[in-house]
Amino acid sequence: MAASSAAPARASAADARVLLDDVAIRRALVRIAHEVVERNETWRDLYLVAIPNGGVPLARIIAAQVREITGLEVPVGILDTTLYRDDLVASGERPPLRRTEMPSAVDDRVVVLVDDVVSTGRTIRAAMDALMDFGRPRSVQLVGLVDRGHRELPIKIDFVGKNVPTQREERVKLRGLQGDLEGPLEVVILDTNGGGA
Amino acid sequence: MASGRIWIRGGRVLDPSMGRDEIADVLVEDGKIAAVGAGLGGSGGEVIEAAGAWVVPGFIDLHVHLREPGQEYKEDIASGGRAAVAGGFSAVVCMANTQPVNDDPSVTEYILDRARQESPARVYPVGAATRGLGGEVMTEMVALVDAGCVALSDDGKTIMDSGVMRRVLEYSQLARVAIITHAEDRTLVREGVVNEGPVSTRLGLPGNPSTAEVIHVARDILLAELAGAHLHVAHVSTAGAVDLIRSARERGIHVTAEVTPHHLTLTDEATLGYDTNTKMAPPLRSEKDVRACRAGLADGTIDAIATDHAPHAVHEKDVEFTAAPPGVIGLETAVPVTLDLVRASEIPPLEWVRRLSTNPARIIHRAGGSLAVGAPADVALIDPERRWVYDPAKGFSKSRNSPWAGREMIGCAIATLVGGVLVWDIERGVLLP
Amino acid sequence: MTGRDLLGIEDLDRADLELILETAERMQEVGRRDVKKVPTLRGRTLINLFFESSTRTRTSFEIAGKRLSADVVNFTPSSSSLTKAESILDTAMTLDAMDPDAVIVRHKVAGVPKRLADALAAPVINAGDGAHEHPTQALLDCFTVKQEKGRFDGLTVTIIGDITHSRVARSNLYAFTKLGAEVRLAAPPTMLPAGIESLGAKAYTSLREALEGADVVMVLRIQQERLDGCFFPSIREYASTFGIDRAKLRYAKDDVIVMHPGPINRGVEIAHDLADRRPSVILDQVRNGVAVRMAVLYQFAGRSAKREG
Repeated sequence: MAASSAAPARASAADARVLLDDVAIRRALVRIAHEVVERNETWRDLYLVAIPNGGVPLARIIAAQVREITGLEVPVGILDTTLYRDDLVASGERPPLRRTEMPSAVDDRVVVLVDDVVSTGRTIRAAMDALMDFGRPRSVQLVGLVDRGHRELPIKIDFVGKNVPTQREERVKLRGLQGDLEGPLEVVILDTNGGGA
Repeated sequence: MASGRIWIRGGRVLDPSMGRDEIADVLVEDGKIAAVGAGLGGSGGEVIEAAGAWVVPGFIDLHVHLREPGQEYKEDIASGGRAAVAGGFSAVVCMANTQPVNDDPSVTEYILDRARQESPARVYPVGAATRGLGGEVMTEMVALVDAGCVALSDDGKTIMDSGVMRRVLEYSQLARVAIITHAEDRTLVREGVVNEGPVSTRLGLPGNPSTAEVIHVARDILLAELAGAHLHVAHVSTAGAVDLIRSARERGIHVTAEVTPHHLTLTDEATLGYDTNTKMAPPLRSEKDVRACRAGLADGTIDAIATDHAPHAVHEKDVEFTAAPPGVIGLETAVPVTLDLVRASEIPPLEWVRRLSTNPARIIHRAGGSLAVGAPADVALIDPERRWVYDPAKGFSKSRNSPWAGREMIGCAIATLVGGVLVWDIERGVLLP
Repeated sequence: MTGRDLLGIEDLDRADLELILETAERMQEVGRRDVKKVPTLRGRTLINLFFESSTRTRTSFEIAGKRLSADVVNFTPSSSSLTKAESILDTAMTLDAMDPDAVIVRHKVAGVPKRLADALAAPVINAGDGAHEHPTQALLDCFTVKQEKGRFDGLTVTIIGDITHSRVARSNLYAFTKLGAEVRLAAPPTMLPAGIESLGAKAYTSLREALEGADVVMVLRIQQERLDGCFFPSIREYASTFGIDRAKLRYAKDDVIVMHPGPINRGVEIAHDLADRRPSVILDQVRNGVAVRMAVLYQFAGRSAKREG
């Protein structure tokens, strides 16, 4: 379960530093898929639940990998956490809602939440609250492609892609999402003045 | 009546009765105009420096609601009189829809008595044309006029029965005064509260079609012709009415007309937003109607500007649009609002003054609207350039229902004399006798 | 969303409408869950201020608010004939003192929500004011059409009924035209208001022409009291000239859908056999009402003037 330590970031076209390129991301996800299967003997009860938008392609890649390893078709759900955020009404923000699609029931399943970047832990807290409204999972585990620290809640990532120490003001994003297509993905770090998203 | 001398020096004297428009001095003595001319020498008495101001006959507002007797919480003769002189009006003509209605000489006498005691402006009461404004039985017109009424009107209401209106017009000749008509066909208006048109459709409020006014103006003109009487059309608001009045005059029918400052400058679009201070009767009309009213005023079809000053309490106006009583105050804003037409070169200053003083005096057969030697010294000084912001809460009217609250105004009366007595001075306020 | 209040579709642009419709789709998914509740407006207070009674709209807002975990309070001012005029200022001050996160207002006179919005810090949502607007109805109608037809561009929507007195007609007119559809209005001449075409729709007194090729037929309720106002001579004649039945629907497209804001007058504006199943989508409208109102509450509630920043 050792994650690779911070590697020197290389420059990308926009003024953003690439932390993980497409190859590194896929390699990490393959490793994570193996770890998930290894940890969970009853991998038949697995249910990957992606937190949109970033978690979605990652969950699909993991599901494909699990299929290769075990021959099993693990269901992939999408669970938008916006309506469960703790900071909405006070801030006056009304972010656009993303699609939620939960093709399977959650009861008695081993739910593996998948998110691209985990930081304060609040999104994961919201995801767990949302999940509980769908039913009673047997257990909940967490895949985080990037752990950038600055936890504000006691949330631990069970399967990490990479630990990246960051400044609080920096923004770390998964880029390359093109709707449902999987283009080349990359995780970039943007400073506060940085462009791109 | 004062015996003092007052010199009004160096102002632009605009006297429509004499066709005078020139820089001149005016000497007031014993309550009358004693002399008018450039560079009048002389001493003794008070001097009012009028350089930069227009010196005009005190304005006469043909249409105000003073609400006394009966609704003194909205306005009374004292507050209305103050608002008048602050607005440059030395006289107001007050309507009969009080409580009780002024349909009996005792009420007329009450009003005149209160005016003598409390009002810095002259007050000319209008008597009701029918008892209780019921539109059925004529009032004792001769008695009312003998008591001091200058005209008769059911304003506030309309005489819907054409037969009654005919008899009212016929009989009015005995009293030798005008019948002032609030022309609108109530059966067409129904619950209409805004001008019927794209604006009422957008607002989702019941509409009052302009046809309702035009129909009754036509009817009343024809009845006046039949009767040979003097008809005065109150608050004209439609192009159709202006056209009818114009052609009636060409035919020699004795009809006169007035228009309000709001109908000269605001369209029904002012109602978008549902501010009840834009709810009037008749309602604000379309762009086309406003242009026709302005043209009608300029070419003399409409004789007078009259405010239809209609005070209502704040709590009465602060309700849903359909429930709010219609009407806005106007005495203190008539000058800056209507000066708009002078500024737009639609009417020359002398004619603007005529519409506010000489013509009204003629319509009610009273002295006024003149600065000829011997005329009563009702004089106003107008500063046509002065900028100020209108705050109805700081005005003299007890009520605040104005569509111009908070707006910047250009022009105002800086002094008003009634019978040779200075009753309004913008620096010192209302000076009561 | 730019404005603080939802007073009418008039004030919204196409992007605003599309945002609300998208949000409604998300809320629709919440309505399909077992636990039909999300904590988004937990601890927030919504006040239903219904001067004009309406069980359906009020209940729809109540369910919507509760699904978002808000506390919903129903405030029905006395409808006694003694209190004809409501003091807007008094009402506003009383409400403000309760610090609501949204006030949902219905009144039989146009303009009251606007006047309240001017006086209140809390956002005001118009649930129907006189003949002016009923924005959430139009939004749920558009949502229903989006679900059925998938698009607005190129659609013809025909609205039939007493347009003069209808806030539903006005709001739908604005909404559908902003979203790219063509709107036709059909009514007897007495019930087409002055200048209606200047608002972007075409007016017809011939029902047949109005129905020609229509994709959506929206039927409005005809009210008994309009008989007293001399707007049409009898229910019978109205039903025969403007009532919708299968025969008349043949002028419309084959896949036409029939809508109605409710409550229906069976056999008057809509034939008995049309009301309950395809092509009628009336029940879907009601169902969609909750999702759409949840979307509206999500976008507007809790953004009081005092609170922002």
